[in-house]
Amino acid sequence: MSDNGTRLGVRKTYKLYIGGAFPRSESGRSYAVTSSKGRFLANAARASRKDARDAVVAARKAFPGWSGATPYNRGQVLYRVAEMLEGRRAQFVTEITDADGVPARKAGELVDLAVDRLVWYAGWADKIASVFGAVNPVAGPYLNVSKPEPTGVVAVVAPPMGPLLGLVSVFAPVIVTGNTCVVVASERAPLPAVTLAEVLATSDVPGGVVNILTGRQPELAPWLAGHMDVNGIDLTGCPADLALECERAAAENLKRVLRPQQTDWLADPGTSRMTAFLETKTVWHPAGV
Amino acid sequence: MVSTLTTAFADVVSSNATLRAFLRGLPGVDRVGADQRAAMLSTRSIKTTAKAQAIDLAIGMVDLTTLEGADTPGKVRAMCAKAVRPDPADPAAPHVAAVCVYPDLVAVAAEALVGSPVKVASVSTAFPSGRSSLDVKVADTALAVAAGAAEIDMVIDRGAFLAGDYRKVADEIAAIKQACGAAHLKVILETGELATYDNVRRASWLAMLSGADFIKTSTGKVSPAATLPVTLVMLEAVRDHRAATGRMVGVKAAGGIRTAKDAIRYLILVSETAGEEWLDAAWFRLGASSLLNDLLMQRQKLATGRYAGPDYFTLD
Repeated sequence: MSDNGTRLGVRKTYKLYIGGAFPRSESGRSYAVTSSKGRFLANAARASRKDARDAVVAARKAFPGWSGATPYNRGQVLYRVAEMLEGRRAQFVTEITDADGVPARKAGELVDLAVDRLVWYAGWADKIASVFGAVNPVAGPYLNVSKPEPTGVVAVVAPPMGPLLGLVSVFAPVIVTGNTCVVVASERAPLPAVTLAEVLATSDVPGGVVNILTGRQPELAPWLAGHMDVNGIDLTGCPADLALECERAAAENLKRVLRPQQTDWLADPGTSRMTAFLETKTVWHPAGV
Repeated sequence: MVSTLTTAFADVVSSNATLRAFLRGLPGVDRVGADQRAAMLSTRSIKTTAKAQAIDLAIGMVDLTTLEGADTPGKVRAMCAKAVRPDPADPAAPHVAAVCVYPDLVAVAAEALVGSPVKVASVSTAFPSGRSSLDVKVADTALAVAAGAAEIDMVIDRGAFLAGDYRKVADEIAAIKQACGAAHLKVILETGELATYDNVRRASWLAMLSGADFIKTSTGKVSPAATLPVTLVMLEAVRDHRAATGRMVGVKAAGGIRTAKDAIRYLILVSETAGEEWLDAAWFRLGASSLLNDLLMQRQKLATGRYAGPDYFTLD
């Protein structure tokens, strides 16, 4: 407390989230983030293609551990994220109110929905294999089993609207099945994404499983789409022309592509976002052995 | 002038006392200064065409190495194929300088590399610890040379060096040099066990005065392996040695160099310390295994404009 009774504000530096750490952008750039009414909120890091590259390296490194963890364990970790998110409710309410210009009561409902969605996806962790796997009847003396497996490293372009709920709704289905991801947060409202990164960093999610970049989506998405070590890309947040460019680049290594589509984030999400980034492994086993 | 200097240096190795007097009389290394200079040089940014040139140069300097107990003839043959043509998708990619294997696998590598410009290097002298008698070390070297090794990577007796028995180290190097015949001799100082930069400078001079064609940082089996400041000290030594005697000695950095970025930092260090003459596979080498894939990935990134993935390159 200074002599005249006013205290110097301690402001948060909004940084990237890569490999469990919070680095600034390698490029040193940042951009001003404003509220829905045009009021300055904070400077967010403006990630470069090299940050995207580093994030892919981190995601690749985290993949064996995360995909090898038991589904039960992954579910628990996701549930833990929901717990931590709940604990930061007030902070998210403020950030969503600022970003979207919605009343606090409505923002609170959105945070609750995001928490509930995480819990919902957490529950799927140990059920997805039973629902989408199968014991197949085949014309021969074999036991034939199909099992869904994670695709690998998935790039996610988060939707511009729904800075928290939209973000949770796109990254949770990707990681619950064992993928690791690089998320390009909403360009318009990145601050809740950085706060969510703080939630992830304190909730048993191994570093690198989720990497969050803030910045210009048209600058980052094509590099991720063309990256030969990215196995899938979710283009939800891309406008049509950017989505087309990304899809073309993604064809280079036959990435799984989830095209942008009109989505009501408030509605029950269904399983399609989880199954979009799964590979089915089928094993033929001599029967009776 | 040169001949008198050479004679003067011949006197240096004549006894332990003269060696000790010479090596301990070398100026000390400013540790902080060396660390800082290496760090400063490593911030230099190499881009576009210069980067493409540096990557190709680095590929050509790689000693592709496998030194595992689990090495098999098959693995060595696969590695040799990769050494000759690192990127099968791009014939323009340069071949590496050499492959480096244990003595018993030299014959396999030599057969696989017949007719190619890639050389066969072999570690010897009870690698990596060097804990054996001189007879065994000489026999180890002779075995590798007889099997077709063009380059021998020997380890110095660090125990003798640290105990101050410089003459023993010098005699061993001279004996192995003789056993090498026409083969090039690289002397591994194992800087990770030498404790100080002063010792690195002394060991570098000791090896050069005893007849080394190359001085090499590490075996790769001890941590820390090659570091930039240690390589800086060694590069200074080869530079000073040439200024004093007229004889040029090469440097090989080995162990812990895994990324193209690291490799380029070493090239900058070579260019700034020893000079551009050393920027050649005949005078500077990078001992590595996983480095080659990263160099190839960066090469592909420059060629295609998109980031490459490790799935598209062979494992080794």
